[in-house]
Amino acid sequence: MVQLLFFYFALVVIGLGLRIVTAKNPVHSVLLMLVLFFHMAGLYLLLNAEFLAAVQVIVYAGAILVLYLFVLFLVNLREEVKVSPFIQKGRWLGIAGAVALFITFLRGVFSFSLGPHGQYTIEKIQQMTHTKAMGEAVYTTYILPFEIAGIILLVAVIGGLAMAKREK
Amino acid sequence: MVHLSWYLTVSAILFCIGVFGFLTRRNIIMMLLSIELMLNSVNLNLAAMSHYMEDLRGQVMVFFIIAVAAAEAAIGLGIVVTLFRNHRSVYTEDITTLKG
Repeated sequence: MVQLLFFYFALVVIGLGLRIVTAKNPVHSVLLMLVLFFHMAGLYLLLNAEFLAAVQVIVYAGAILVLYLFVLFLVNLREEVKVSPFIQKGRWLGIAGAVALFITFLRGVFSFSLGPHGQYTIEKIQQMTHTKAMGEAVYTTYILPFEIAGIILLVAVIGGLAMAKREK
Repeated sequence: MVHLSWYLTVSAILFCIGVFGFLTRRNIIMMLLSIELMLNSVNLNLAAMSHYMEDLRGQVMVFFIIAVAAAEAAIGLGIVVTLFRNHRSVYTEDITTLKG
C-alpha cells in the first residue's frame, strides 16, 4: 500500500515537473505547480513528516504560488503563448547539462550508504508527535539558525518593498 | 518497504527537470519557478535522509529552506517587476544592458 502510494506520488510529481517546465502558458505552469506541491506534501506524509506536509501546503501552495500568480498578472504576457517558451540558442546544451547532472546523481545515489542512526526513531516521533519533536529541535538545538531565518525574512520584506517602490 | 534510494532517485529526477527549465526557459518568472522546483527536490532529499537516518536534522533544514525559498521568491519577483518596469520585457534575450 505504501509502495503504491509512493509510486503514485512520485510519478505524478515527475510528470507534472516535466509538464511545468515545458508548458507554453506560465499561468498553467503555476497552477500545475500547485498540484505538484500537494503531491510533495503527500510524499512528506509517507516519510512521517506531518508538520512539513502542512508547512509545504501553507507556505508554498498558499503564499509563494499566490505571489507568482500576482506577478504573472502584473506582467504583460499576451504574446507569450504565440512564441517558443525556450531560448533560441543553446537549448540542447541545457538538455545535455541536465542529463549529465542526472547521471552523476545516479552514480552517487547507488553508491550511497547511511551513516550512524540518530536518536529520533519512528516510534519516538510517533509517541511525542512530529510537530512537538520538530519544535523541540528548532527551539533548542537550532535556535541560532531560527533567528537567522527570521532576519532573512525581514531582509526579504525590506528588499521587496525597496525594489517595488516607484522612484520619484 | 520503500527504499531510500527510490526517494533519492525521484529527487534527482526532479532536480534535473528544474535545471533543464532554468537553463532553457526564456521567461524569468519561469526560471524562478524552476528554482522553486529544484528547492523542492532538495527538500524531499533532506526529509527522506532524515527519516531513514532517524534524526531530525534534515527536517529542520527543510523548514529553514522553505523560509529561505519564501524570501527568495519575494526578492526574485520584486526584481522581475522592476525589470519589467524598466525594460517592458521579462525575456532573457531582451535584458542585455550589462553587455554594453
